[in-house]
Amino acid sequence: MTTVLEHPTSASPWLSHAAHIVAIRNEVPGVATYDLVFDDPQRAASYRFAPGQFNMLYMPGYGEAAISISSDPTERGFLSHTIRVAGNVTQAIARQQVGGHVALRGPFGSSWPVNESRGRDIVFACGGIGLAPLRPAIYEVMNHRADFGRVIVLYGARTPSGLLYTNEFDTWRAKDIEIEVTVDIGDPEWHGHVGVVPLLFYQHRLQAHRTTVMTCGPEIMMRFIVFEALARKIQPEDIFVSMERNMSCAMGFCGHCQIGPHFVCKDGPVFNYRQAEPFFNVEDM
Amino acid sequence: MPGVPAHIGAFHTIGVDQLQLLLNALQSRGYRTIAPRIMDGAIVYSEIAKIEQLPVGVIDRQDGGTYRLEKVPTSGYFDYVVGPQSLKGYLFPPRETLLKSVRKNGDWQFTVPPVEAPPLAVLGVRSCDLHALAIQDKVFLGGPYVDPGYQARRQNLFLVAVNCRRAAATCFCHSMNTGPAARQGFDLALTELSPDFLIEVGSPSGGELVAELQLAPATPRQVEEGRVISDLLVAELQGRAAKASNEVSAPAESPGASGTTPPIRERFLDTTNIHGLLLGNLEHPRWQETAERCLACSNCTMVCPTCFCAAVEDVSDLSGDNVRRERAWDSCFTAEHSTMNTGTVRKTTASRYRQWLTHKLATWHEQFGTSGCVGCGRCITWCPVGIDLTEEVVAIRDHDGAKARNEV
Repeated sequence: MTTVLEHPTSASPWLSHAAHIVAIRNEVPGVATYDLVFDDPQRAASYRFAPGQFNMLYMPGYGEAAISISSDPTERGFLSHTIRVAGNVTQAIARQQVGGHVALRGPFGSSWPVNESRGRDIVFACGGIGLAPLRPAIYEVMNHRADFGRVIVLYGARTPSGLLYTNEFDTWRAKDIEIEVTVDIGDPEWHGHVGVVPLLFYQHRLQAHRTTVMTCGPEIMMRFIVFEALARKIQPEDIFVSMERNMSCAMGFCGHCQIGPHFVCKDGPVFNYRQAEPFFNVEDM
Repeated sequence: MPGVPAHIGAFHTIGVDQLQLLLNALQSRGYRTIAPRIMDGAIVYSEIAKIEQLPVGVIDRQDGGTYRLEKVPTSGYFDYVVGPQSLKGYLFPPRETLLKSVRKNGDWQFTVPPVEAPPLAVLGVRSCDLHALAIQDKVFLGGPYVDPGYQARRQNLFLVAVNCRRAAATCFCHSMNTGPAARQGFDLALTELSPDFLIEVGSPSGGELVAELQLAPATPRQVEEGRVISDLLVAELQGRAAKASNEVSAPAESPGASGTTPPIRERFLDTTNIHGLLLGNLEHPRWQETAERCLACSNCTMVCPTCFCAAVEDVSDLSGDNVRRERAWDSCFTAEHSTMNTGTVRKTTASRYRQWLTHKLATWHEQFGTSGCVGCGRCITWCPVGIDLTEEVVAIRDHDGAKARNEV
């Protein structure tokens, strides 16, 4: 929820900056992580972001796509974006190879309240590619692990082959992060939970007064996470959701990403539930 | 040589012949001059060189889905009100290039094209449109990001306002506190007396022009005459609500008489708790009823002087090596407006009409500290099916679901 006041310092906020791909990791079918480095070393050195913020990635001729940053905020060498191929822009990015170009402007938007949650327990509840925008927050917690109480990651995907970042989970567990994983449909090798993420949430005993919930995933999943959290008397101010809307300028100019009074691009994408509640359950809002 | 600039708030008089000198003075300062002209049967803004090009003796008849010009020889230079255009297109152009990308040897170079902002003087701006401009200033200049093109054009704008002497049936500036008299945001403001105009200074550059033209100071009587014109119009507009409630309580004398056209609805808008009213009725059946008439054609958003939605798209040449990023006006009435890769958020016309009206009259307050409506009535006039936002608010207020829930 903290709004980072560090805005792009270019003369025009519409200016994209050239970057190149230094690494590509195929995560799951249709999803890959691209590590980007600005061509301009000065920009690379001065760029900072907060967990939950996003960049507008630009492929000239195709357009821009709002993609959240999925790397560690303290990482100075590169910026990771975990991207699912979904439209023209992401398809164009997927055709790139290491050394290829992607331009970007950013960072934009609000961030997960990691600093504000020091001394508290945190539940990260995420579905599918919704783990990507939360990963910088998880890294931030791991960087200062002693400052936080219990930290739980509840993560679900449709199938075992759709789970992101599984090769990192042991490192996370080593940092005393409880990880529980579930899938909607198992396969012969799957011996874990089968079911939706809110069911994992339901099974946990939590101390409501000292727990912050951060959730990112399909809206339907987030609705039920919020429902479960409220049922345990976790305050709406301590529940954070990440909204997805059609963000095309990222500066509150173009009007496309509005939900109620909020511009998701600049007031969000991370909202506390007190802010989101009046519009969260209204159909076609 | 020009004397001491007239101070802000000073009143002078300007004759019709001197209006030409005003135009000349603006042009000699490098301003492109724009004023109301008649084109295709409507008042539009266009280039003006001679003051005789103003449409003298013309008024407009406006109603839901209706706009007609009429010759009324006794009327003056500015007795029509607002046409389909506002200042919006001059500051926030319908299409604009934001970024140019050129590929050379596999590398992309990005440049922001220089902003085109030639000095522009607009004659005949009404109070509602001055307020609309102030609202768009908040959108493009007032947030953490500043739109460079808008900013440059805004700085090079000279505004000669005109105080309305009559209102169309679709006007409701009095309800939105945006008129009819222009109070601020202009360089000069004209009020048509007979035979001369009263001219009020609103800025230092306006004051310099008044001094340069050596305009005579207005007499207290002339200033009073100008004030009375606005006061009479305010009284007429404020009387609309009372008149409407009388008509309801005393229905027409000959019920059932065929061939009688219903009286034209003279608009006003009760803004009492409008934010709570609209947001408390997001599931009101009226949204669906209105959607059955609404064509989702976007006309209301195109003519609205405050609507700011825009789509940003790439335009490429055939080689793919030269790409422009262009911003073009967009509308919340299209499906694309809320479409993401995961689907369209506002799938129905009802949800889009609700988005437009609740944004305009309610959530705009949280975003920009003001209503998004200035009461110009353009969305009523230019709606092909005559949907009238003032009527929509009445319909929701008459069956206020939120109030009903609280009373249960």
